Amino acid sequence: MNPLIKKLVESENSSIRAKYPDFKSGDTINVHVTIREGTKDRVQQFKGIVIQRRNRNTNGETFTVRKVSNGVGVERVFPILSPNIALIEMIKQGFVRRARIYYMRGKMGKAARIKDKKVVVS
Amino acid sequence: MSGIIGKKIGMTNIFQSDEASTKQIACTLLQVGPCVVTQVKTKETDGYDAIQLSYGEKKPKNTSKAMKVHFEKAKTTPKFKVIEFKGFAKGKYQLGDVLTVTDIFSEKDVVNVIGTSKGKGFQGVVKRHGFSGVGATTHGQHDRARHPGSIGASSYPSRVFKGLRMGGRMGGDRIKTKNLKVLRIYPQDNAILVSGSVAGANNSYIIIEKS
Repeated sequence: MNPLIKKLVESENSSIRAKYPDFKSGDTINVHVTIREGTKDRVQQFKGIVIQRRNRNTNGETFTVRKVSNGVGVERVFPILSPNIALIEMIKQGFVRRARIYYMRGKMGKAARIKDKKVVVS
Repeated sequence: MSGIIGKKIGMTNIFQSDEASTKQIACTLLQVGPCVVTQVKTKETDGYDAIQLSYGEKKPKNTSKAMKVHFEKAKTTPKFKVIEFKGFAKGKYQLGDVLTVTDIFSEKDVVNVIGTSKGKGFQGVVKRHGFSGVGATTHGQHDRARHPGSIGASSYPSRVFKGLRMGGRMGGDRIKTKNLKVLRIYPQDNAILVSGSVAGANNSYIIIEKS
């Protein structure tokens, strides 16, 4: 990408990015989404595992959160700069070996667990 | 139409909100000028009013002697693109003046952008003209799924009509994209951000005109 695009257009959003934790695929997060019903705003929470982050550090960056709700897998894609995202909470950091953990889609129950990331305390 | 020469830098997207909703819109960053006025044409001397703008640096060794003198007259270095524009206010710009973004555009303007589309080479009718192909791959149609079908009747007219759409060279055309909104202006970097897409590759020359 041309550095001028980064400098002029995409640098506007660094403050939005700074608000959110640095999450990766394999992490469990809770996304607070504002939903407009008529004239009222309401906050809905979507808690699940991040299975991918696409187009990182561009304006088009999105991430996908997967959860299993009533036995049915639900995935939701959020643009990270979306003004509808009120808050992103980091619940748990997971250890996975790849950037896009699509293999989670084929797993249910105990098989769908993710190892915790070991945090080195210095 | 008054306009200016520039370069396509690339695409990105921004969130834009109005009272009702917030939309993520695709947008293109364009380098706009600065352009030098290298000739002022008038009705008396040339039969019509226009100004000639030049943009982009060019090595002097690759410039012909005639053009070198032409640029010297405007007291500027050799330029890559030289294009004439009608529609500027008469007598507003003199030889050697430099036009920048803010001279012509302001935010919320609507512009047309002319670019040269990317060359696609020799393409069939499905890609080039949007034909739907023969469709069926059964009933004996084993090898002609993307063919044009019939190109005319038989004994009358006994020929194929001129201009019938067929395969051929696609792309590399001059394409004008109309009514793009100017979303932002960056005077320091001589750039504007317009809504939507613009024909051509990144770093290709474009003409931005007021619509």
